[in-house]
Amino acid sequence: MQANRIFFSNHYLFRSSFVHSFTDPYFQMNHNLLKVSHLTKQFGEIKAVDDLSFSMDKGFIYGFLGQNGAGKSTTIRMLLDLIRPDEGSIEIFGMELKKHRNEIMRQVGAIIERPDLYKYLSAWEHLKMFATMSGIKYKRAQLMEQLALVGLAERAHSKVKTYSQGMKQRLGIAIALVHDPALVILDEPTNGLDPQGIADMRNLILSLCHEKGKTVLVSSHLLSEVELIADSMLIIDRGRKLVEGKVNELFDPSEHLCELITSDNATAIEKIRSSALGVYLKEEREEAILLKAPKEQVPLLVKQLVEMDIPVLSLHTRHSLEDYFLSLTTKRDAASSVKN
Amino acid sequence: MKTIYIIFLTLFITGKGFSQSADEAIKKVKARLEKVNDYQAVGKMKTNVIFIKAPIANIKVYYKRPDKLRINNEQGISFVPKGSVNINLNNVFLNTEGFDIIDMGKEAKSGFRIIKLLPRDENSDVVLSTLHIDEVNGLVMRARTTTRDNGTYELQMSYGRYADFGLADKVILEFNTKEYKLPKGVTFDYDDGSKKPPTDKMNNKKGKVEIVYTSYTINKGVSDSVFK
Amino acid sequence: MLLPLLRIELYKIFRRPRTYISFGAIAAIVWLVQIALKFDGPAYIDLLLNNIKESFLINADLKHKILNGYLICFVILNTILIQMPLLVALVAGDSIAGEANMGTLRLSMTKPIGRTQYILVKFLASVIYTVMLLVWMALLALFGSMLIFGTNDLIVMRSDSIEQMRAYDVVWRYLAAFCYAAVALSAVAALAFLLSVLAENSIGPIIATMSIIIVFTILSEMNIPIYDETVKPWLFTTHMVAWKGFFYVKTDAEGVTIDGSIQNLPAIFRSLSILLGYIILFAGTATWIFRKKDILS
Repeated sequence: MQANRIFFSNHYLFRSSFVHSFTDPYFQMNHNLLKVSHLTKQFGEIKAVDDLSFSMDKGFIYGFLGQNGAGKSTTIRMLLDLIRPDEGSIEIFGMELKKHRNEIMRQVGAIIERPDLYKYLSAWEHLKMFATMSGIKYKRAQLMEQLALVGLAERAHSKVKTYSQGMKQRLGIAIALVHDPALVILDEPTNGLDPQGIADMRNLILSLCHEKGKTVLVSSHLLSEVELIADSMLIIDRGRKLVEGKVNELFDPSEHLCELITSDNATAIEKIRSSALGVYLKEEREEAILLKAPKEQVPLLVKQLVEMDIPVLSLHTRHSLEDYFLSLTTKRDAASSVKN
Repeated sequence: MKTIYIIFLTLFITGKGFSQSADEAIKKVKARLEKVNDYQAVGKMKTNVIFIKAPIANIKVYYKRPDKLRINNEQGISFVPKGSVNINLNNVFLNTEGFDIIDMGKEAKSGFRIIKLLPRDENSDVVLSTLHIDEVNGLVMRARTTTRDNGTYELQMSYGRYADFGLADKVILEFNTKEYKLPKGVTFDYDDGSKKPPTDKMNNKKGKVEIVYTSYTINKGVSDSVFK
Repeated sequence: MLLPLLRIELYKIFRRPRTYISFGAIAAIVWLVQIALKFDGPAYIDLLLNNIKESFLINADLKHKILNGYLICFVILNTILIQMPLLVALVAGDSIAGEANMGTLRLSMTKPIGRTQYILVKFLASVIYTVMLLVWMALLALFGSMLIFGTNDLIVMRSDSIEQMRAYDVVWRYLAAFCYAAVALSAVAALAFLLSVLAENSIGPIIATMSIIIVFTILSEMNIPIYDETVKPWLFTTHMVAWKGFFYVKTDAEGVTIDGSIQNLPAIFRSLSILLGYIILFAGTATWIFRKKDILS
């Protein structure tokens, strides 16, 4: 909650597409496009998602980051009503998902991992089918346009079994977009794609947001992919939220993140909060305290910590989000690499 | 006392003309039967065999002297008992060496003469025939034939329009059947929970076939091919 | 929404090459039986009539008449309906599990379609496929045999009786039997479907369905008194063969069959209601589970 509070107190850097949001009813009603509160899901002994809360506004690209097994897929599946949460609530377009599932899903397009699709059907047949299932009336030209968008127009009538992995993935995107949804959820869309495919996907996501005004949630275990396109970012680990914020804040070259480890973090937090340093406090965790301060303030900050008699064990300053991400997510398993 | 006397008297009188009456009766019957060289008859056959559930069949019966007989179901299917050849009484008199006649007297109730025929031919399939003859009309009303190989057949006849030719309007044939049982592996059975007939009923191995003739075409010729 | 969805499901089923294996298998069995009986039919009839040949005249003409299209169809039905559950399970068992395996279940379930609606449509599609198989079989086995062998009275040889139906009294019995078989096989489809909801690959439900049917059929066929009154009446496999009841006729007091009669119609209706009960149970449970289920595939 603390993190949330800090996040919302920060000012936005408007992007061109964000202007649309002012006319949007949800925005005017002071609603988020998507709001997740205290989401929890347990599979047996394992808490896949643990008290996760976050929100999204219309017209942005959200990066959803975490290592494999961090709980991204479970979260996304809960957003799509594929998995039922044990606790917590999900609101999309100002409606509760539990009660208005179909209404919401009419405006949501999603692709989760890599679907194999129906090998014996063509791309064209897939689109027709899923357009019907999405409850829209379509015209042939409209569907062909969708296929052209993902570069499958020429192979529209070939069976999917003749497609490459990348083509299947692109067809998946076309299926997700067939009914022109307001919210697009893409789970690891670049998985299994070659570098060109990854670049294409990136451009597609950017154009969806900036040209078509869609809100996109894109998950990945690779920060490098998300940081180039995302406006905001949510990083989770072991089902818990680590960080949520605007990329340009998390990754502001003028600001540094200081990861402070003391011999008594609890006392240190108390002291920091009640002092002038309180304004720099970003996040409190058991293992570390995160402070964010302008670059030139960092030496002063160190000095003050010492003056306040805080037993500093270490203080790392970060200036790269990648570095930050690594620091957040590799602790539990130093051997595993994020770039696997 | 009076009735006993009458019975004694009757026995005495009839006993006196034993062989003569029997011979005459047989002759009279044979004379009628010999009028028929062939016939073709149309009728309906009802089968009453415990293990066969069959509908009434429309049949055609073909006969040609001396011993050709065929029952055909022209359209549907009918199981025709082997003893059915005996529904033509000529068969009874058919054997090369003739037969011995034993007059058994008259049946008290109906007044029909009971005659036993014993074929002299030792190779004859028929071992014994017992006929109940209506002497007045020269018609065999009942016949019971015991054969060497196929058990005993019993015939009951009623006459009408074709009595002149000794041809019945209705014949009931009773015959012996073997027990019917097929292994379940061969058949495609299913137990519908119906109550099975009690076993003593199933052991009743008598079958019955009833033929009601609607018309005969007599002595107009019958092709040999129908008997093949 | 129900109809377009159903059309999609049927489209998927009938666009898939695998579907036609079943149709091919049925055609193969039907043709094999027809060929065998075309060439060796009289010998087969001999075998069946062996028991009565001492009391009745059995000639070539009779055998030829007995060996008509209606009998051929009856023989085929007896042969095929034992194998049909496998063909039904092939599609019904794959229905949900196959989608899970292909990753299309999660894709479909992100569409604005309620889970109950989705599963009912899926089940309905499996049932329609089953009916189509039966229609195909009827075309080949009944009408095909009628063309090849002609028609006459139908003789059904049971282990302790011979049932005879007039030629004009047969076709409706087959139609009734096919309808009954559709219900019986729908029960199989419902079972396979239920198992399909629980699995994430289609082999499991197909094999499990067949195993259950084999075990139940053995139990149904066993003539052990303790099962007769207790277990057997409640096994759906016991009731799957009740279609044969349409070919058992009533007789009057003189042992003459009554046209258009059925020996034990209440028994058929009882079996039918038990099968319907199973369909509701299986499909209902499948729906209930699927509604609550987390889609993790």
